Amino acid sequence: MLSEKYKFKTDLLNQKTPVFKSIIFLIILISLILVFLLDLALGSVDIPVNEVIKILLGQEPEKVTWTHIILKFRLPKALTATLAGAALGVSGLQMQTLFKNPLAGPFVLGISSGASLGVALVVLTASATTPTLLADLGIIGDFGLVIAASLGAASVLGIMLVVSRRVQDTMTLLILGLLFGYATSAIVSILLQFSSKERIQSYIMWTFGSFAGVTWKQLVVLIPVILLSLLGAVLQSKSLNALLLGESYARSLGLTVQKTRFSIITSASILAGSITAFCGPIAFLGVAIPHLCRSLFNTSDHRILIPSVTMMGAILALFADLFSQVLVSQMVLPLNAVTALIGTPVVTWVILRRNSKKSFPS
Amino acid sequence: MNDAILTTHNLTIGYKTSRKNVRCVASDISVSLQAGELVCLLGPNGVGKSTLLRSLAGMQPPIAGEVRLLGENIYHLQPQELAKRLSLVLTEKVDVGMLSAYTLVTLGRYPYTDWWGNLTPEDEAIVHWAIKSVGAVHLAQRQLSELSDGERQKIMIARALAQSPIVMLLDEPTAFLDLPRRVEIMLLLRQLARETNQAILLSTHDLDLALRLADKVWLLSTNGILHIGAPEDLVLSGAFADTFESEGVEFDVASGEFQLHTSHRGEINVMGEGIASVWTIRALKRAGFQVNQKKNGLPISVEVITKSKQVLWQITNSQSVYTHHSLYEMIKFLDRF
Repeated sequence: MLSEKYKFKTDLLNQKTPVFKSIIFLIILISLILVFLLDLALGSVDIPVNEVIKILLGQEPEKVTWTHIILKFRLPKALTATLAGAALGVSGLQMQTLFKNPLAGPFVLGISSGASLGVALVVLTASATTPTLLADLGIIGDFGLVIAASLGAASVLGIMLVVSRRVQDTMTLLILGLLFGYATSAIVSILLQFSSKERIQSYIMWTFGSFAGVTWKQLVVLIPVILLSLLGAVLQSKSLNALLLGESYARSLGLTVQKTRFSIITSASILAGSITAFCGPIAFLGVAIPHLCRSLFNTSDHRILIPSVTMMGAILALFADLFSQVLVSQMVLPLNAVTALIGTPVVTWVILRRNSKKSFPS
Repeated sequence: MNDAILTTHNLTIGYKTSRKNVRCVASDISVSLQAGELVCLLGPNGVGKSTLLRSLAGMQPPIAGEVRLLGENIYHLQPQELAKRLSLVLTEKVDVGMLSAYTLVTLGRYPYTDWWGNLTPEDEAIVHWAIKSVGAVHLAQRQLSELSDGERQKIMIARALAQSPIVMLLDEPTAFLDLPRRVEIMLLLRQLARETNQAILLSTHDLDLALRLADKVWLLSTNGILHIGAPEDLVLSGAFADTFESEGVEFDVASGEFQLHTSHRGEINVMGEGIASVWTIRALKRAGFQVNQKKNGLPISVEVITKSKQVLWQITNSQSVYTHHSLYEMIKFLDRF
């Protein structure tokens, strides 16, 4: 029922046509598919893209070994990269909005520190106490590390959730997360002091990050966890938009801040924690992607940002994966080095662009 | 009291300083906000205006007593239900990142929209109406970060309006604004109160504007007592003078303004007419002189001479005559006497 006073039309108030945004979305979607196919096609053995598509559609390619390479190695890796980019980007976006801090990322609450500590404890101390159990590094490389990292990340998550219910001030949480990070890196460096060279090396390898170690078996766990958490983030879009106004305003709009904060921290931490557990602490993507999407779409509206961050995150992660193995032939570069190399210019560009906008208001 | 929208009963407000200690700010407040009225909450710094507003807004549970909105205790209302009836404009400057003013106002529909925040045609019409009501149609497509303080405040008021509340509470909405913008915002709020039949309560330090525009004043004094009445009532009862009594400043009941205590430096006679002489008198008062416009025969007299846009000041004392071309020069000269 529209009352009389609301009945008028003003052209100035009509939102600009969303065609422009739809076009960007379409371009992003097409790029995502292309990069995904490229990531499958390129590597130590280059496979033509049309053959890749054939394999994906279940047809016979020219060479039978290609099917094996794609399905056994490259497809799980590409899927992992897609999930990781999406998860880290969305988790970074959630943290940036919750903490109202442009430099916040998926790991501000100490998730990666917790995972690192878990891995460090397994890799570095196990050698001293039970040398036979982990004599074969393959065990550590497969499920051992994942479990250790998951436990580490989960316990930090648990602590943070308990704290977040007690602490009124969101800033305090941020500071606690930082302090927690310092404490864990201190413990890790003490552990490193007492470990053998090989153990240290396998720990360092984990910290480099990699999409390649994830098997189909692990993907069966990873895919539903990430998809559910992403769905959670989509459902939070409206609350996240209200939080842009700050907690007091959000509350005055009818948002129950404590509950919302709890659900945001839960989904962001599961996203970041599970990716860290399976791929190692992957730096920079989570901070950079939300900024990239904000300036691409010129908005902070999460109903646009969450889908676009999901796709842009996947694109950048796939790109980083491609980059890490194509740049130097016969060698794979540390993933974290590549993400930082891609991420730094992005963040720099965004910050400089924003500053120039602020200093010269139109 | 038929139109009372928001009422309080024996409300005691304050906050916890530690687990056991409670600091009580004001007690036994029983007031009401009426539909269509603009009420100004005044009081010295630190007296608890924000605490009172927060308690009325349902954000800070009172120590005792209750706040009722159309008869329902606001601390028992669902947050969403409360948001449909009561909206806020806070002092804090929001940094929303990259949102257009329009999108920000649509956030006011938050309690009404579905899980995705979709606007129905009705929501959209209300958003348009809110933007138009504050006179911000030309700002709608601009980014919030590009707006000036005054423009931003209008948008925040539009957002609060879009909530379709029956009570709107504003915490120092004019704090960062220059005088013309302050007058504009206050007039806007009074007009909105009339047109929408909402009750609007705002806290402010702008006594002069509050005295001129408020339908009612709530004056919170340092001893925790809330004086209520028409602005003029409170002036006459002496509540204003008592509340703002402090060294060096005095509330002048006759003019409704604050006067500075300055040292008395003797009487001066001013001759002349028009705007120039009005400001001459102000300048002399500021310098500590008592001004007399009638009596002749004082030791010093100033004559204001206006000659085709130029103003001259001629000072005569017992022996000689001095001419000055600006008030600044004249005051400097008198200082040397």
